[in-house]
Amino acid sequence: MIKAILIFNNHGKPRLSKFYEHFNEDIEQQIIRETFHLVSKRDENVCNFLEGGMLIGGSDYKLIYRHYATLYFVFCVDSSESELGILDLIQVFVETLDKCFENVCELDLIFHVDKVHHILAEMVMGGMVLETNMNEIITQVDLQNKMEKSEFFPFFSLFTDVYLSVYQAGQVDTGRYCRSTCSCRISCKEHEPPGNAQKHQHRRHKHKSAKFTFLQVATARS
Amino acid sequence: MALKIVKGSIDRMFDKNLQDLVRGIRNHKEDEAKYISTCIDEIKQELKQDNIAVKANAVCKLTYLQMLGYDVSWAAFNIVEVMSSSKFTYKRIGYLAASQCFHESTDVIMLTTNQIRKDLSSPNQYDTGVALTGLSCFVTPDLARDLANDIMTLMSHTKPYIRKKAVLIMYKVFLKYPESLRPAFPRLKEKLEDPDPGVQSAAVNVICELARRNPKNYLSLAPLFFKLMTSSTNNWVLIKIIKLFGALTPLEPRLGKKLIEPLTNLIHSTSAMSLLYECVNTVIAVLISLSSGMPNHSASIQLCVQKLRILIEDSDQNLKYLGLLAMSKILKTHPKSVQSHKDLILQCLDDKDESIRLRALDLLYGMVSKKNLMEIVKKLMLHVDKAEGTTYRDELLTKIIDICSQSNYQYITNFEWYISILVELTRLEGTRHGHLIASQMLDVAIRVKAIRVFAVAQMATLLDNAHMLTGNTQRNGICEVLYAAAWICGEFSEHLENPMETLEAMLRPKVATLPGHIQAVYVQNAAKLFATVLKSQEGNTDSTTAQEASQLMIDRLPLFVQSANLEVQERASCILQLVKYIQKLQQKDVEVSEEVCALFAGELNPVAPKAQKKVPIPDGLDLDAWINEPPSESESEDEQPKAIFSKEEPKHSRPRHTEVDEKELARRREARKQEQANNPFYIKASPSSQKVYQETPGVEHIPVVQIDLSVPLKVPGLPMSDQYVKLEEERRQKERAEKKKKDKKKRKEKRSGRGKKHDSGPESEEDITPAHMVDIVTEEMPENALPSDDDERDPADPHKALDIDLDNLESAGKRPLADSEKLPVRSHRAAEVLKSPAEDEEGENVSSLEPKKKSSKEKREKKKDKDKDRKKSKEEKKKKKHKHEEKEEADLLCGQADEPAFQSEETNEVVTPPTSTSADEAATVAAAEAAPAPGAISVTTPDSEPEEPKDTEMEETKSSKHKKKKQKREKEDKEKKKKKKHHHHHHHHGDKGGEESVQNGTVEEEEPLPPMSNYCLLAENSYIKVAYDIQGNLQDGSQVVVSVIFENKCDSFLKSMEFNVLDSLNSKLQRPEGSGPHDSLTIPFQLPPGVSNEARFVFTVQSIIMPQKLKGTLTFIVKNEESSTHEKLDFKLHFTCTSYLITTPCYSDAFAKLLESGDLKSSSIRLEGVNMPFHHLLARICFHHHFSVVERIDSCASMYSRSIQGHHVCLLVKISSQTVSVDAKCDEPTLLGNVLDEIKQTFSQC
Repeated sequence: MIKAILIFNNHGKPRLSKFYEHFNEDIEQQIIRETFHLVSKRDENVCNFLEGGMLIGGSDYKLIYRHYATLYFVFCVDSSESELGILDLIQVFVETLDKCFENVCELDLIFHVDKVHHILAEMVMGGMVLETNMNEIITQVDLQNKMEKSEFFPFFSLFTDVYLSVYQAGQVDTGRYCRSTCSCRISCKEHEPPGNAQKHQHRRHKHKSAKFTFLQVATARS
Repeated sequence: MALKIVKGSIDRMFDKNLQDLVRGIRNHKEDEAKYISTCIDEIKQELKQDNIAVKANAVCKLTYLQMLGYDVSWAAFNIVEVMSSSKFTYKRIGYLAASQCFHESTDVIMLTTNQIRKDLSSPNQYDTGVALTGLSCFVTPDLARDLANDIMTLMSHTKPYIRKKAVLIMYKVFLKYPESLRPAFPRLKEKLEDPDPGVQSAAVNVICELARRNPKNYLSLAPLFFKLMTSSTNNWVLIKIIKLFGALTPLEPRLGKKLIEPLTNLIHSTSAMSLLYECVNTVIAVLISLSSGMPNHSASIQLCVQKLRILIEDSDQNLKYLGLLAMSKILKTHPKSVQSHKDLILQCLDDKDESIRLRALDLLYGMVSKKNLMEIVKKLMLHVDKAEGTTYRDELLTKIIDICSQSNYQYITNFEWYISILVELTRLEGTRHGHLIASQMLDVAIRVKAIRVFAVAQMATLLDNAHMLTGNTQRNGICEVLYAAAWICGEFSEHLENPMETLEAMLRPKVATLPGHIQAVYVQNAAKLFATVLKSQEGNTDSTTAQEASQLMIDRLPLFVQSANLEVQERASCILQLVKYIQKLQQKDVEVSEEVCALFAGELNPVAPKAQKKVPIPDGLDLDAWINEPPSESESEDEQPKAIFSKEEPKHSRPRHTEVDEKELARRREARKQEQANNPFYIKASPSSQKVYQETPGVEHIPVVQIDLSVPLKVPGLPMSDQYVKLEEERRQKERAEKKKKDKKKRKEKRSGRGKKHDSGPESEEDITPAHMVDIVTEEMPENALPSDDDERDPADPHKALDIDLDNLESAGKRPLADSEKLPVRSHRAAEVLKSPAEDEEGENVSSLEPKKKSSKEKREKKKDKDKDRKKSKEEKKKKKHKHEEKEEADLLCGQADEPAFQSEETNEVVTPPTSTSADEAATVAAAEAAPAPGAISVTTPDSEPEEPKDTEMEETKSSKHKKKKQKREKEDKEKKKKKKHHHHHHHHGDKGGEESVQNGTVEEEEPLPPMSNYCLLAENSYIKVAYDIQGNLQDGSQVVVSVIFENKCDSFLKSMEFNVLDSLNSKLQRPEGSGPHDSLTIPFQLPPGVSNEARFVFTVQSIIMPQKLKGTLTFIVKNEESSTHEKLDFKLHFTCTSYLITTPCYSDAFAKLLESGDLKSSSIRLEGVNMPFHHLLARICFHHHFSVVERIDSCASMYSRSIQGHHVCLLVKISSQTVSVDAKCDEPTLLGNVLDEIKQTFSQC
C-alpha cells in the first residue's frame, strides 16, 4: 500500500500532497516538513530509499523518492510494494505529467495542481497502484478532459455566457487540451477577457522559455 | 494604494480562479497568511452563491488551500453540494476536494450515500470512475456497508476501466466492512482471470494485500497464482504474485519446493532488476521455510548470494541497498553463506550513504562469531572515532553493544575486553546512550561473577576520572555511566584494591553537580565502601585508617545532606548519623565492622524483564477494579526521567539478610585471600542455586596480571581494548598448541565437555574457549510463571477482522454463505433517516432496521456454522428457515413490528411477488442473486413481473444481467416502501398524493438535504446579530468548541471586535498564552455591511454534569463615512448539558451489553401533546441533542450518545397517541436529569 504521495520543491514548498490515510492538516504539514528535511539533506548520488519514516506508519514504511530538477517526488509505502517498482512508478508518473503538460515544469504543477491530482488518480487509487501503462493513463485523462469540454462547448457560440462563467471558474484551460478541436481554441481566445488573456499568455511564454523540464535534467544526470 | 488593492480585490471577488489564487499567493510572499485569510473570506462569499460554477471554483481553491495546511472542513457541506452537481467537471472537483479532506468523523459524509450510489450507477463511466476514486479515499464503515453491493455489481461492469477501479476499491470496503469479504470473494477470484490485464492486476493487488495479513486463508489460491506466474508477462503482476508467494511459503513448505524452479528460471531470464530482486527475495523466503535437511538447495542459496553480491557491487546505490537488505534475510538461516562476503559488507561500512551503512551494520550483527567479534568491534570502534553526525555515531554505539550482548553474550570470549570497550565508549562526546552503556556495565558486572575484580578496578578508575565525563554539562548522557560505576564499586567493594581512595573519589565536592539520582547512588555506595574499609581494618590493632574513613565521611556527607534532591538528602542524613554513631563506638574501641557489613550483606540476582508480567494473578483478584473511586482530574504523566534505572532501583530497598552469617563472612575472607594471591576466582558458597566455580586448566592464561590497567585510561585517546585483541590472539595460539598436545595424549577429560556447555555457536568455533569460564547468571523468573504469549496481534489492527475462512466458500458448497452474510441490499440506515427528517418522507422504516438485526443474528449464526459439520448444510438451511418463521411468530405476538401487518396487507395485493414475505427475506433473495454463491438459498423469484410498471430510465441502461438484478431489487425496495407508505401514512393523508407520483422515479433522485441549523441566537442589536453553537471536542474530554457567527446587520463597517467572557470556576475561555484571565480575545476579521463570519472559541470545562451560563460582552467599532462609534453588546453563553454530548454510533449488541451491565442509573420523563411524526421526533433528538439511533421498532426507539468525558447516555423513546415517554439511563444521574430537562424544553418550544 502507498500511504502518501508528496511532491515538494527544493525549498520544501508543497506542490502536491495526497494522503491515503487521514491526518489532521497540521500533522500533514508536519509530515511534509519533516520528510523534506530527511530527503533534502541527502546527496544526489545516494540511494533513493529512506527508512525512519516513523512519522507515517512506523517501521514497516519506507520513503521512496526521486529528485527531478527542482522537485522531489516522495512516495511513502509499506513492505508490500516493491521498492524498485515504485521508483519505476514515479518515473511513469513524471513522464505522464510531461506528456500531459508538454514539457512539464514546476510551474505547471503550481498552477494546475487539480490536473495533477486527476492524473494521479488514474495511476494510484486509495493507496493501491491502479494503472502503470502510460498510454492507458494518458488516454483516460484526455478522454475526461474532452468530456469536460464537451459539457461546455457543444454549442459554444450560443452560450458564451456559460463559457465565461466556466472560464471564471477556472476549469477550462484554454491553451492546453484543445489539441483536438482547433477552431474551438481560436474562438476561446477571442472571448477571453483581454486582461486575463494577456496575463495568461505572458506567464506561459515567460515560464516555458525559462524552464528546463525535470525529465531533461534526469536524463542529463544519468 | 491600499485602497486600490482593496477595490481591485472586491472587483475580482467573483472571478478569481485557482490560477489567480496561486499567483496572488506568490505575489504576497511577505504577508501570505493575511492574503490567504482574505481569500478564504472571498471563498466563503462565493460558497454562498447559488451558481454551482462559482461554488465549484471556490471548492477548487479550497482544495489548494488544504494542501497548504488550512483547515477547510467547514466547507464540507459545500463540497457535498459540488459533488452532487450533474456536470462531470464540477463533480470531479467536488470528489477531489472530498477525497482530500473528508474522513471518518466528517459528519456530512452520511449525506453522500445516495449521491455516490447514483454516480456509481451513472451511464457515464467517468462519473462512476470519479466516484470510485473519491470513495476510495473517504470510505467509512457505513458507506462500505451501504455501497458494498453496488460496488460488487460494478466488478462485472462492461468497461474494464470501471471493473478495475471497482475491484481495487473492494479492498477498502473489506477493511471497513469485513462482513463483505465472504460474499464478494468468489467474484474477486473470478477477476484474477479477467481478460483485461488492468483488471487482473487490480485483483492480484487486492488479494495480495489481503493475503499479506492473513496468508493462511489464501493458500488454496496458490495453484491459480502459480498458473498466473508462469503465464503472465506483466512485471507488476509478477512482482505482486512473487511477493505473495513469499508470504505463503512459510505456511506450506510443499509450495516452496515447487516454486524454486520457476523462480530460478526467472532469475536467470529476466532483465528487470525489480523482478529479479523480488524473485531472489522469495527464493530466500522459500529457503527459510524449508527445513535445513535439504542439501540440494545449497545451489539456490549460492545463486541468491551470488546475485545479491552483484547487486551490492553495483554502482547504483539503490541496488546496493536492496542487496544488503535481502542479504540480511539470508543471514538469519544461512549465516555461513553470508559470512564469506564479510569483506564486501565491511566495505559498505565505509560507504558515504548512511542508509547503506546502517544496512551493513544490521548485517554485521548476524555475522559475528567468537572468532571475529573482537576484530569487527575494533573496526566499528574506528568508525565511531571517524563518524561525523551524532546520530550515526549513536547508531554505531548501540550496534556495538547489540552485537556484543546478543544472545546472552554468546560471542564474548573475554569479558575484560568487553568492559574495556565499554569504558572506551564512555569517552564519546555528546552521546545520548550513556544509560545504555551503564546498564551494560551493571549487567556484565552482576551476571559475570569472574569479571567483578576487573570491573571494579576499571570502575574505580572511572570514578577517579569522573571530571572527564562531567566536565561539560552538555554531555549529559554520559554521566549516567557514573551511576553504574558507583554502584559496581560499592556493591563489589570487597574486590577493590584500595577502597579508601575510591571512597575519597566518591565524596568529592564535585559530585554534587551530578544529577540527583546519580548522587543518591554515590551516597549509598559510599556507605558500602565505608563498610568494606572497616572490615578490612578489622583485627588491625592500629585503627587510624578506620577512623580516617569515618572522619572523611563525616566531613563530606553534610554537603549531600543539603542537597535539593530528596533522595540524596534522606540517604545522606541517615548515613551521616550512622557514621557519627560508629565513630563514637570506634573511639571506645568497639569492633563494629561486622555490624556495619551486615547492613549490606546479601547477593543480588538479576530478574528477567518479563518476570513481573509472568507472575500469575491470584484467584479472585481483579486488577481492573477500582479500589477507590477514580480521581476526577486526570493526572499528568510527565515524570519518567529514570526509566532505564527504575528496574535497578528497587533492588536497593530489597530486604537484606540482617543476621550476621558467620560462615558467609569467613568464606568471603577466604575469597579475598585468594584474590590477593592473584587468583580472580573465588569459590562461591552462597545458598543460591548457581553452579559452583571450579578451577579450570586455562587459568594460567588469564591476562589480569600482565596489564597495568589504570595506565591506559589515564592517557585518554589510547585505545586499550586493542591490547586484548593481541592478547587474545596469543592466548588462542597457546591454547591451540596445548590442545594439540592434549589431542596427542588422547585428551582425557572434561574440558571439551564443559566447552560444549557454554558454546552454542557454530561448530568450527568450538575450539575457542573463553578466557574466563563465564558463568552467566540466568535471569530469575517467578515460580509458576505463565507460559509465554508474546505474539499477540494489535487489537486495533483492521486486518484482524479480515481473518475470514474463505476456502470453504470456493470449494463448492461446503459452507455456503449464511443469510446473515449476504451483503445488505440498498436500504436506508436508521441513523441516516433520523439525521434528515425530509428524507423520512420516504417512510421506509422496516428496511432501516435490517442491518442492525442482522448484525446480531450474524454472530450467532457464524458461531453455529463453525461448530456444524459442513455436510449438514441442508439441515442448517432448514433450521434457518425455521428460525425465520419463529421470529415472525414472535413478532406477531408482540404486535409491534411492521412485518405482520405488512404481511396481512400483502394477501390482498396480488401484485406482490410471493417471496417478499418479510423484508428480511426479500433482502436475502436479492443478495443471493447478486452474489452467485454456491448453495445459496434456493428460493426463486419470478423472473419478470409484468404488472410492475417499467422504469424507463432503468431500461436504457439495462445492458447487463446485473443491471437487471439490481433493477429488480430496486423494484422490490420500492414496493416495500410503497406498502410501507400505505401502512404508515394512514394518518397523514396529506403527504400521500405527492408520494405516489414520485414513485416511478428512482430512489436515488433525492438531493442531499439542507443542513438543519443548531445555531441559536446569542445576542442581537441593531448592528449585529450573534448566533452560537457548542460542540464537544472528541480528542479532549475537557474542551468544548463554541462556534459563533457574527452577522453585520447595518450599513456600516464593523471592526475591532473583541469577545470576552467572565470565566467561572468550572468553565474557562482558552486565551492565548501570555494574556491574563480577564483579557478579551480579538476576533480575527472585520465585517463589511451584510456580511457574516464565524469565529471559534475553545472553552475548558471541568465538570460537565450541570448546565452553565457564562456572562460575556462583545465590543466593536461601528464605522461609516462620517463617524465611528464604539458599541457594546452583552450576552449570556448557555452551556447546556447536551452540548457536552457527542453523536456516537453504537451497535445494538454493545448497547444491550451496556444496559445489562447495571452500572447505569435510570430516570424518565413524559412529554404530552407532541403532535409530530415519530421519525421527526427522533430526528430532533438526534440533531439537537447529539444522539444516534441504535434500533427502532415501530413507535419505539433506543438511542445512544456519549459525553466528552465518556458518560454513556441511553434513551428509550416511545410514542403513543401524542404522549412521548422517554426512559433514560446514564452513569451520571445529574447529567441525565439535565439532558432530559433539555429534551423536554426542546419539545415544549415546538
